[in-house]
Amino acid sequence: MGGNSPCASCKLLRRRCAKDCIFAPYFPSDDPHKFAIVHKVFGASNVSKMLQELPIHQRADAVSSLVYEANARVRDPVYGCVGAISYLQNQVSQLQMQLAVAQAEILCIQMQQEPALPTHQIDSDDKSLLLHSNLNNLPQYLNFASTSNVIQDPLKRESLWT
Amino acid sequence: MSNSTRCAACKSLRRRCPQDCTLAPYFPSTNPQRFACVHKIFGASNITKMLQQLPVHQRAVAADCISFEASSRVRDPVYGCVGIITQLHQLILVAQRELAEIQGQVALYGAQQGQEQKRMAQSQVHQYNGPIWFTTSQQDPPHLD
Repeated sequence: MGGNSPCASCKLLRRRCAKDCIFAPYFPSDDPHKFAIVHKVFGASNVSKMLQELPIHQRADAVSSLVYEANARVRDPVYGCVGAISYLQNQVSQLQMQLAVAQAEILCIQMQQEPALPTHQIDSDDKSLLLHSNLNNLPQYLNFASTSNVIQDPLKRESLWT
Repeated sequence: MSNSTRCAACKSLRRRCPQDCTLAPYFPSTNPQRFACVHKIFGASNITKMLQQLPVHQRAVAADCISFEASSRVRDPVYGCVGIITQLHQLILVAQRELAEIQGQVALYGAQQGQEQKRMAQSQVHQYNGPIWFTTSQQDPPHLD
């Protein structure tokens, strides 16, 4: 960025914006808030180290996710992103229960229609409906006690990637 | 806190751990990895600032969440815990689709059952006429009201 206007990071940090400035491609001068918030939460030198450890083609996505996390933490200084994770995990659990109920309902209906059939003769297609949901074996991302009090107000489903 | 019982933060930063150390309650010396992650991603002074801005009763939860975010970022340096959020969104979409499909099947079965029952009820009414007409001594079929 040499003789041209410095990027948002170098402007905020009040330093010369080098041609090979690591921040320049991702923090243009027309969006100073983006770098300000990332700097506030993570610190410029930490962000610089994180980006340097990544191949160039992954840095844009890394910056987007850092901006998202930083925004979440500023909006909610206690739970940050974890609030959204907790809310979504609850939704997944509820859907799991609803699926189980619906699957049991189908089984009941089928057994009512063909009561003479022993259970092992249930059609294999029907078996595929039974608990072959993608929700089985869902990893539990949060397992510390303090998340039991996570607020239910989720982060907005805004677009993550600018 | 004396030197021999420094918290993980002060040990890592090689400094004296005062009695009112902000980080000591949340980064015990028994779990150095926890502080190492958080320090790598956020930096010690940022964490201290973040915790100091919160009332004391909320700091434990905040420290846990910050720890979780830091370890997610160490595990996935590109997406961190945003990767988890994206995965959960996708899981929810898939599950909603699956649920809609199964509920559609339930509704279909229900409708089929209803039609079957109606058909059976109607066929029973026709059968009812036959036997009575043949077994009575009357010549004419009974009147249907």
